[in-house]
Amino acid sequence: MSADRNAAQQAAHAVPGIPRDGDGPVFRAPWEAHAFAIAVSLHARGLFTWPEWASALAQEITRAQAEGDADTGETYYLHWLATLERLVAEKGVTSATTLTRYRDAWDRAADRTPHGRPIELTQSDFSG
Amino acid sequence: MTDHHHDHDHSELSETELRVRALESILTEKGYIDPAALDVLIETYETKVGPRNGARVVARAWTDPAFRARLLADATPAIGELGYAGRQGEHIVAVENTPELQNMVVCTLCSCYPWPVLGLPPVWYKSAPYRAKAVKDPRGVLQDFGFELPPTTKIRVWDSTAEIRYFVLPMRPEGTEGWSEEKLSELVTRDSMIGTGLPKQPGEVA
Repeated sequence: MSADRNAAQQAAHAVPGIPRDGDGPVFRAPWEAHAFAIAVSLHARGLFTWPEWASALAQEITRAQAEGDADTGETYYLHWLATLERLVAEKGVTSATTLTRYRDAWDRAADRTPHGRPIELTQSDFSG
Repeated sequence: MTDHHHDHDHSELSETELRVRALESILTEKGYIDPAALDVLIETYETKVGPRNGARVVARAWTDPAFRARLLADATPAIGELGYAGRQGEHIVAVENTPELQNMVVCTLCSCYPWPVLGLPPVWYKSAPYRAKAVKDPRGVLQDFGFELPPTTKIRVWDSTAEIRYFVLPMRPEGTEGWSEEKLSELVTRDSMIGTGLPKQPGEVA
């Protein structure tokens, strides 16, 4: 756990703009923490370096600003997520098409899952 | 961000949550990430997710009897008084612990979990066996957490629905007479607001 925590602290130092308090990163919603943790894990796997990540994220933010993003900090992890999606495709881990297919499958899984039950992805969710 | 339809009989994930789940499942299948390790990392940020307005709400209820009465009568506007309002905070019901009654909330499984009030849901809640045990044997679950209730204390389990999200108003710890609201709020843990733990004791905070 402390190794993970160290890796996370390292990320917070290496990547500019991460919303944080005195102890480290803070998140506005659980999904933001997931997106952060995914990047920390992929970095640990050697998929990218932090300077490479920071540069890709900066491009994503610049692009979003050009499209009118107010950059109030509320959208930081949306850019983070878009960067993840772009990098995993660029690195050949998966493709935008596959991401969309899984996104749609999760949507079907949520729709068929009664409230309060764990949402689980099954093969049938991929054909709808 | 999303206009996801808001039916009340099925689970709901926002557009962004769908994208995150898609990434997670693909990366897990391909062996790039280990979901258990991811959960451990995320759990270390338990207190760093969301504004945790719940701690402020509880501390206010401990210090202001009129607020406490309003909170128990109708939690949604009472919480709104503290400046908190939002889709996921709608229809919140506060249930009060007493020496005779311990409340416990289950269902933290989808977007309906009121994280703006409670902070990050506990990872173990996602596990089906624990969830089942919480409903069937809540006393056993509390013991698993090292939390022994007197046999005379009743336990009531609240299963959140899509319309109603519960949170627990724990009992104010003894030895906190004269404490400020702010200092009291430091005693309020996530687990005490879902009923699987007690607030911190006065000696545990500086």
